[in-house]
Amino acid sequence: MDGVKLNLQRRPAAPTEPAAVPVSTPETSPASQARPVESAPRKIQPPSEPGLTEVASPLLGIFYRAPKPGEPPFVEVGSQVSEHTVVGIIEVMKLMNSVHAGVKGQVVEILAANGTLVEYGEVLLRVRPEA
Amino acid sequence: LIANRGEIAARVIRTCKRLGIETVLAASEVDLDSLPARLADRALCIGPGRASDSYLRVDTIVQAALGVEADAIHPGYGFLSERTALARLCEEEGVIFVGPTAAQIDAVGDKLRARAEAEAAGVPIAPGGPVETVGEALALGREIGPPLLIKAVGGGGGRGMKRVDRLEDLTEAMNLAAGEADAAFGDSRVYLERFVARGRHVEVQILGDGRGGVIHLGERDCSVQRRYQKLIEETPAPALSRDFRARIHAAAVRFAAQLFYRSAGTVEFLVDLERDAFYFLEMNARIQVEHPITEAVTGMDLVAEQIAIGDGRGLRWKQEEIKTEGCAIECRINAEDPVRDFCPSPGRVRTAVWPSGEGVRVDTHVFSGARIPPFYDSLMAKIIVHASDRPATLEGMRQALASTHIEGVSTNLRFHAEVLADPEFRRGGVDTGFLPRFFERRLEEARAHG
Repeated sequence: MDGVKLNLQRRPAAPTEPAAVPVSTPETSPASQARPVESAPRKIQPPSEPGLTEVASPLLGIFYRAPKPGEPPFVEVGSQVSEHTVVGIIEVMKLMNSVHAGVKGQVVEILAANGTLVEYGEVLLRVRPEA
Repeated sequence: LIANRGEIAARVIRTCKRLGIETVLAASEVDLDSLPARLADRALCIGPGRASDSYLRVDTIVQAALGVEADAIHPGYGFLSERTALARLCEEEGVIFVGPTAAQIDAVGDKLRARAEAEAAGVPIAPGGPVETVGEALALGREIGPPLLIKAVGGGGGRGMKRVDRLEDLTEAMNLAAGEADAAFGDSRVYLERFVARGRHVEVQILGDGRGGVIHLGERDCSVQRRYQKLIEETPAPALSRDFRARIHAAAVRFAAQLFYRSAGTVEFLVDLERDAFYFLEMNARIQVEHPITEAVTGMDLVAEQIAIGDGRGLRWKQEEIKTEGCAIECRINAEDPVRDFCPSPGRVRTAVWPSGEGVRVDTHVFSGARIPPFYDSLMAKIIVHASDRPATLEGMRQALASTHIEGVSTNLRFHAEVLADPEFRRGGVDTGFLPRFFERRLEEARAHG
């Protein structure tokens, strides 16, 4: 870690449950490498295993894990997702924007907490991509 | 929450720090590493580099303010500072907008409405008026007499503006201006004004409490412009009589009071040298780039006053308590190449050494190693020098420019030094035609040296 980092660290959504224990050997194809975080490095929780794909927030806004309060979340750790799976909602001044996984695989970590402000580019969750 | 970038974001954060106010910077992705992002208590990434996807998004800015429970938004200048939509959404959401009301931004944004307000306040306006048809334009044009200036109702900055020297050219120029205005501001309405051949740009800084109380903090001369972009500003405006100065100050106060203006603002005038008169140009409903020269001679912190007014504390100074001392000049240092028609020169600044010393102030966001992204304006720094009189200020500025060293990007530093050394500029009180003449002279010299 180098340089000055001013972005506050977002606490993970829930204590990282040991549910998704990585059993298989992590994939190492370059395509599945986590995208390098853009211009400025952010302090985020390091991935629990290599080769995970990050799902970043496309907007600054309030992150919701479920379609409505009280309803089950779109995804949980362990959920199978594909490119078009909705994994959450970002609210920007009462406008709801769906966030798509953009990758096929299994959700391994959920970092952004429900109902909190997330920044543009902030990692919401990590997915173990399918080959 | 500071909804801006660059030197003005850094400058607002500094005042907030001094006042013990916590700051959150709304920054684009490419600015997360910038000086204001480092100075702020927290930086929020609001979107990618392109301003239309970040700094110009009203919803995102207000959402960011609500998300961090910010009490107020300071919009700086440019970007959303004079967009009614931001001020209005702040009003609806109960966030303090550090600036005027949405209605006031609307009133001064529409140049024809502003003209009407000026007239109602007894502030001189240039002969002219709205023209909807070519027939109307010809009739009014004959009445005023050429040369004429066609201006866009929806905005400024030279777009939708056409000079007409002969009435027979009026039809074509009006169609051109209307087309340009429509493209730039989505509003094709234009109006006609007398063209002032030899004019100076003099503006008056005001502060209003929003209840009709208004004070002025003196004037600034911003006549050194290139394509309507100010490059050098100074206060006091040279070579104006005490009486003229008093009249122009009073006119600015009357205009702002007419609107029950709230916050800091600037009333711009065109000083007609041939007629010894001044005309209302427009009002800028924001803090301006050149505000530090006013701070230098008055000893006030305009951003602190904006915050106090926004906080409902009104005006903390009476007019008679405002005293100005000495003279101040500001040079805008841009990352651009004067040799290549002032083409912007973004990139990484290898070395940045700024001047310091008594009477020298530098407002900047550029340090050694800083990047100047290609997405935004090219302003790197403002060098402000304050001294007892104009010759001492000019000399101070000469030294300040000489001790500035920038490597890695092209700048207009040398250009500033040349303008400061120009005899016409040294005499003081140049008109807005000075810079074009200056370029012409340089070209001739270059030709002579063959």
